[in-house]
Amino acid sequence: MQWETVIGLEIHAQLATRSKIFSGASTAFGAAPNSQACNIDLGMPGVLPVLNQEAVRMAVTFGVAINAEIAPRSVFARKNYFYPDLPKGYQISQFELPIVGKGVVEIELDDGTLKPVGVTRAHLEEDAGKSLHEDFHGMTGVDLNRAGTPLLEIVSEPDMRSAREAVAYAKKIHQIVQYLGICDGNMQEGSFRCDANVSVRPQGGPLGTRAELKNLNSFRFLERAINIEVERQIDLIEAGGTVVQETRLYDADRDETRSMRSKEEANDYRYFPDPDLLPVELDGGLIESVRAAMPELPDARRHRFERDYALSPYDASVLTASKGLADYFEQATKVAGDAKLAANWVMGELSGALNKAGMSLDASPVSAQALGGMLLRIVDNTISGKIAKQVFEAMWAGEGSADQIIDARGLKQITDSGAIEAVVDEVLEANPEQVSNYRKADEKKRPKMLGFFVGQVMKQSKGKANPQQVNELLLKKL
Amino acid sequence: MHNNTILELAHGLRGGEFTSVELTRAYLDRIASHNPALNCLISVCEEGALQEAELADRRIRAGDDGPLLGIPIVHKDIFCTDGVKTSCGSRMLDNFTAPYDAHVVSQLKQAGAVMLGKANMDEFAMGSSNENSFYGPVHNPWKAGSVPGGSSGGSAAAVAARLCAAATGTDTGGSIRQPAAFCGITGLKPTYGRVSRYGMIAFASSLDQGGPMARSAEDAAALLQAMAGFDSRDSTSAEQPVPDYLSALNDDLKGLRIGVPKEYLGEGLDAAIAESIQLALDEYVRLGAELVEISLPNTHLGIPTYYVVAPAECSSNLSRFDGVRYGYRCSDPKDLEDLYKRSRGEGFGAEVKRRIMIGTYALSAGYYDAYYLKAQKIRHLISDDFRAAFEQVDVIMGPTAPSTAFAIGEKADDPVNMYLSDIYTIAVNLAGLPGMSIPVRPVNDMPVGLQLIGNYFQEARLLNVAHQLQQVTNWHGAAPAGFE
Repeated sequence: MQWETVIGLEIHAQLATRSKIFSGASTAFGAAPNSQACNIDLGMPGVLPVLNQEAVRMAVTFGVAINAEIAPRSVFARKNYFYPDLPKGYQISQFELPIVGKGVVEIELDDGTLKPVGVTRAHLEEDAGKSLHEDFHGMTGVDLNRAGTPLLEIVSEPDMRSAREAVAYAKKIHQIVQYLGICDGNMQEGSFRCDANVSVRPQGGPLGTRAELKNLNSFRFLERAINIEVERQIDLIEAGGTVVQETRLYDADRDETRSMRSKEEANDYRYFPDPDLLPVELDGGLIESVRAAMPELPDARRHRFERDYALSPYDASVLTASKGLADYFEQATKVAGDAKLAANWVMGELSGALNKAGMSLDASPVSAQALGGMLLRIVDNTISGKIAKQVFEAMWAGEGSADQIIDARGLKQITDSGAIEAVVDEVLEANPEQVSNYRKADEKKRPKMLGFFVGQVMKQSKGKANPQQVNELLLKKL
Repeated sequence: MHNNTILELAHGLRGGEFTSVELTRAYLDRIASHNPALNCLISVCEEGALQEAELADRRIRAGDDGPLLGIPIVHKDIFCTDGVKTSCGSRMLDNFTAPYDAHVVSQLKQAGAVMLGKANMDEFAMGSSNENSFYGPVHNPWKAGSVPGGSSGGSAAAVAARLCAAATGTDTGGSIRQPAAFCGITGLKPTYGRVSRYGMIAFASSLDQGGPMARSAEDAAALLQAMAGFDSRDSTSAEQPVPDYLSALNDDLKGLRIGVPKEYLGEGLDAAIAESIQLALDEYVRLGAELVEISLPNTHLGIPTYYVVAPAECSSNLSRFDGVRYGYRCSDPKDLEDLYKRSRGEGFGAEVKRRIMIGTYALSAGYYDAYYLKAQKIRHLISDDFRAAFEQVDVIMGPTAPSTAFAIGEKADDPVNMYLSDIYTIAVNLAGLPGMSIPVRPVNDMPVGLQLIGNYFQEARLLNVAHQLQQVTNWHGAAPAGFE
């Protein structure tokens, strides 16, 4: 039997507002437990929610970016259930009338073709707090700092047919929200979370029963969990069983999905419009002002990089994968004046160093400005590419700017032809046998043999001789 | 002093006849001697009240002015009061001290009012007799053994017994007006959105509204002046200017068109009460008003609609009382579910549990459309009735309640019969209109209330109409025997 996989994603993007969606408390991550929960977040008796207009603007920004319908009137509803980290006993969300309606994003498949993935809706809601089960012997601790943080829940159509496609879509949404500046995209801190609805069916048949996968806090886990779940479902059906509708938790340590609760155990959330909040009425003004202030989106930027910087499609796509990296590259290029050189260094040395140190770009000890300054010294022949690697290492270690390091370590390239000639003469004198071999050798073999002399000269000059001049002088003298 | 109105007391305070501390002390003494029998206050804030009175006296000496400066009042125990127990009449919050002041509380504090204590009430404002309080029933000062009405029964009894100059109340389906009628005082439920709900513990968010309970329309006007106004912390609060309620009181009533709904004077109304209402209407005719018979055809749908909408909202609003963060928690819960079930099972009283269950049912999958959605549609029909009526008339009048105060225990086992006490008041909340109750001729020595219903944000007009009657009659001036 040929099985087809059907996947839809629900993505929760934490909106980068300074205060919470219904209170004035800060949304900053990492504060002491319950230090950022005000009376409203704590669900004290008598408190009332007031909508943060910035969250509305961010949701509209997302909607405009994916060409979605923006609802002129959307309504907050209460989703009722009991849980210790849900202080009011209900979550304020949107149900029947979400703020963002149908939209579409394009993903690139492995073979380079483009595929549209439908976005069903995106709605605003508040996050819950966190229940902490460790550190409290036999008890549960509750931290409500996160309670009330604004979320945009982005629901896709079941348009994806493989784990790879699901990851491509998730990355695309991740890229868009970061470019829009409405979400920091930090998956470790939970700012960007994915749930996957996964089902299988005989090729082209009616939809199968789906399982919802949770706890997928990296793109790698998303891909693994879907693949494992697809295998589980196919094995189950082929063994004569049936898939039940349920929520399953992905366990990365054991690399398996486990049943969390079945449909029968699911809550009846008893949604109804929240009487404490007025419907959100949007006039054309907000949508127009969002449209006017829309930043450049990832696809447009990638095309511009190919066009304006003459980068390969691959380089352009790597460099625009995140807004931060694209900004870094453009800034370094602006200083250095050589896009290809900057691209190579950002994707090569810089990315390598960051990976090795396990650092994110914004924590890089070498700023775009600083890297650009160093690249400029390659461009103007002050240093060679090889010396530049030494300089970069020193910059990474915090020894100062490129110019300071070049000065302090005396790394300035020797371009004085007299000085280079003296070294060349010395090398030729010291290696008479190689010189005579070279002269006897046939034309084809000579370039390779020349490398030996170049190496010797560079060694003598501690790498500072201008390689091009060394080459020219050696050829002349040999 | 305790027989004086707020404006008379304010005059005495400014003229140096007595201080706020003396006045506060006098009320505290009355509370000490009468509250044990009436049970109208849950908390008495002796120390805090005297401190606030001292502060008011200093402000008066410094030349500060205002009708409420130094005036002792009580707050219904549904309003959060910073550092003071706020029980909402429930075992659930018996151990709860609010960490902040409700908007109404801070507004009245700023105006210089002195808080004597917190008034008894039906648990979470659910009830029409004040029998559903964890702190026991309140007795009607007019007749021991009779209910004061509810849910703001403690506030009404305290005002009637002259244990405070005035009080705050809240009204979700008649909870200010019906106890005002039963206790012979003046109570006003403002337009929905006129008074901020911030810090008022929610029963049914789309219906709840705080308002004044006082001995006269004039006193109610002074209180409402401080309570009303836009508050950015309540999204449903109205950004409407607040008129000067006191200055509008003396407008004459020539040409006033009073609508009398035929549905309010028919079956189910005590004949003697109908007579009292007619007497008051005759007074209005003498004042130059004109009576117009009107119809509010969907009146009979008020109670069924209300008993879907209010429980639905309350089932969600009361979910926060879960024993986790504050309030009552059962002893030794064996797991999370046990914690929820027993904390809520033991913390809430029977009527609250009944309404949570009704509301949970009404919102459940498969029933939502048939109950909640349908009720919302009927709500529109009821509002439309009033809209049409206000095209013909300026104000609507009728009885506040179908009977006078009944005996404690009389209806306690018959919830549906109890719900009928609010038959004339409930539609006003469903429509969000302002409504008032003022005393008219008593029946068998028990107070009777005339209900006045106004158009949206017409509180000034209602107060004016009520005040004019109180200028030519003295039904509102009578004190219950033993409390003069």
